[in-house]
Amino acid sequence: MKDLKIGLLVFLFLTLVTGFAYPLTIDRLANEMFSDRARGSIVLRDGKPIGSLLLGQEFKRPEYFWGRPSAVAFQPLPSGGSNLSGSSEALRKQIDDRKKEGRTGDLLFASASGVDPEISPESAFAQIPRIAAARKLGAETLARLVEANVAERTLGFLGERRVNVLRLNLALDRLRE
Amino acid sequence: MNRFDWIQVLVTLFVLIACAPLLGRFFHRVFTAKGGLVGRFVDESEMDWKRYAWSVIVFNGIGLVVVYLFQILQQSLPLNPAGLPAVTWHSAINTAVSFVTNTNWQGYAGETTMSSLTQMAALTVQNFVSAATGMAVAVALMRGMTRKSTADLGNFWSDLVRGTLYILLPFSVVFSLVLAGEGVVQTFSSNVEVVTLEGAKQTIPLGPAASQIAIKQLGTNGGGFFNTNSAFPLENPTPLSNWLEMLAILLLPAGFALSFGEFAGSRRQGWALFAAMLVFLVGALGVSLWSEFGGHPAFPGVAWMEGKETRFGVVNSVIWSVFTTAASNGSVNAMHSSLTPLAGGVSMFLIMLGEIVFGGLGSGLYGMILFAILTVFIAGLMVGRSPEYLGKKIEAREIQMAILAVLLPSAVVLIGTAASVVLPAGLSSLSAAGPHGFSEILYALTSAANNNGSAFAGLNANTPYYNLLLAFAMLVGRFGVIFPVLAIAGNLAGKKIAPASSGTFATDSPLFVLLLVGVILIVGGLTFFPALVLGPIVEHLLILGGRTF
Repeated sequence: MKDLKIGLLVFLFLTLVTGFAYPLTIDRLANEMFSDRARGSIVLRDGKPIGSLLLGQEFKRPEYFWGRPSAVAFQPLPSGGSNLSGSSEALRKQIDDRKKEGRTGDLLFASASGVDPEISPESAFAQIPRIAAARKLGAETLARLVEANVAERTLGFLGERRVNVLRLNLALDRLRE
Repeated sequence: MNRFDWIQVLVTLFVLIACAPLLGRFFHRVFTAKGGLVGRFVDESEMDWKRYAWSVIVFNGIGLVVVYLFQILQQSLPLNPAGLPAVTWHSAINTAVSFVTNTNWQGYAGETTMSSLTQMAALTVQNFVSAATGMAVAVALMRGMTRKSTADLGNFWSDLVRGTLYILLPFSVVFSLVLAGEGVVQTFSSNVEVVTLEGAKQTIPLGPAASQIAIKQLGTNGGGFFNTNSAFPLENPTPLSNWLEMLAILLLPAGFALSFGEFAGSRRQGWALFAAMLVFLVGALGVSLWSEFGGHPAFPGVAWMEGKETRFGVVNSVIWSVFTTAASNGSVNAMHSSLTPLAGGVSMFLIMLGEIVFGGLGSGLYGMILFAILTVFIAGLMVGRSPEYLGKKIEAREIQMAILAVLLPSAVVLIGTAASVVLPAGLSSLSAAGPHGFSEILYALTSAANNNGSAFAGLNANTPYYNLLLAFAMLVGRFGVIFPVLAIAGNLAGKKIAPASSGTFATDSPLFVLLLVGVILIVGGLTFFPALVLGPIVEHLLILGGRTF
């Protein structure tokens, strides 16, 4: 009985500290210091939210750069990957279909989250002919645009070189205007 | 692998090895301190092993009930902006067991199941205290091994509170703010609805994630705020956040391994266990990297990116998969089910060893000490001398308990898997055919019974059958090890410490490390090799042969 009483008191104390004081303090501080990032890095266009810079969205029109395939149709409630293995017949078919659509490299493979916001620079360059034709723009203009949007490895060695698809497509739309 | 891949692997290992000694000394200080602020509020009188174990039961029992209640009552509690309904009873039992046992297996999808209140007041709390429980048990064992002729193992409540307030909390505060700065969401506002560039609707899930992600990694928990865990960009947005989260998985367990040397009064004793752990970590990394960079034979020259995120690439996905299964963390930044079969098999193998390659916070160390006890026993048999560890005689009782702790989780894995591949309730959850389907089930049981929590997520585990079976496996894997460990601690504490003589087998020598690695390999290898052959190994060979299912 005495142990149960101590146990309950310690549990209550630790719940107040780690379950309330800690997350509420962090919430307050994070929103003071990084209000935009702590709230999902939402991008506005003409005052309206059009997405999060960190979440991929579906692009299938020829005049936009496409992102990685999604196993959840870019709807992150809940997020998900295909969970298919290299021995899966279904995956083999999906990859063949993606090849037929003209996709290459990392665009052949579904991302882990289903909302990967980025693609490799190579996959962006490979899409330039299609976009150039659809938008009647020069390939060099588009290549320069991609180049300007490549994110380098952090500190020169961490992670991979990559391009944020939403940011790139927003820049692409501004180009036309 | 290009030079950037090599640099990332080497820098990560270097930072891990460089920081561990500092942490080891710090942990020793925290758990040998007395009085102070904690002493004023907690009665710090010494406990024998039975009292210590009883306190663990009481505290974890309260945790189970509270986490269960939060889940089934969440629709009538505040901080539920999305209006989520009560969690089903079997999923709630599974999740309560999962978070209390430091497993963080998740049969549910966080963003569509748990309210903000449940996430923070029930789950985040267990992220802290389950890790602190593991530390406390490890510290009790180290006290038992280094004190002489006593029954005293310290005070559980004092150890629990000190571990939480002085180790986990300060690290988490700093780390969660760094993560929020990188873009991990931290807000109580409701989800945002947007209309995308192409005019589709998309819902952006938000929540108080950063505070939970920090302790999820530091406490070897692994339970994600969102369904795809640290693959989800709002949970792990950048290469820097990824690198820090990856290091956070192993840093504290690595430090804990070296605190053993501080308690033993000889740092070499800590380094010996650390070295054995490092051998497995580096070996596992080698096999996984080799397999993943070899790609898929049907797609030569293309990086195998199925189930991986662009910002992490192959190398960071592989390092993570090895770190998270070496530690009993279980968080993922790539879908393990889509890894190459051998890389997935390496993950499974690391978990099967019993989460002792740095392992869970505290639990990794006490698991490794069990193997060290078995090793000195076997070495003693070979030379015909009664075995000793740190001057304590290792006798029948210690060996019985160590064997029990090693066998219980292994038995649950193998029997549970065997049952699930013949019962309709086990088979109906499968998403893959052929050997990969077998791997899905084997991985689930392995992950649960060794308190890891990662998954081959194709398996639909949110059914009454799997929720209850895996809850049972998690309980056995946690307390079926903790109680034997505490019994050993109590038994050893009562013994004298014999001075080392010329006939004593040195437990801080390279020879001991070699023997220890051998014992772990033989126990892990012989127990699980047949199962691994049926799953990942045969799948690997069939892919080479061009078979699909």
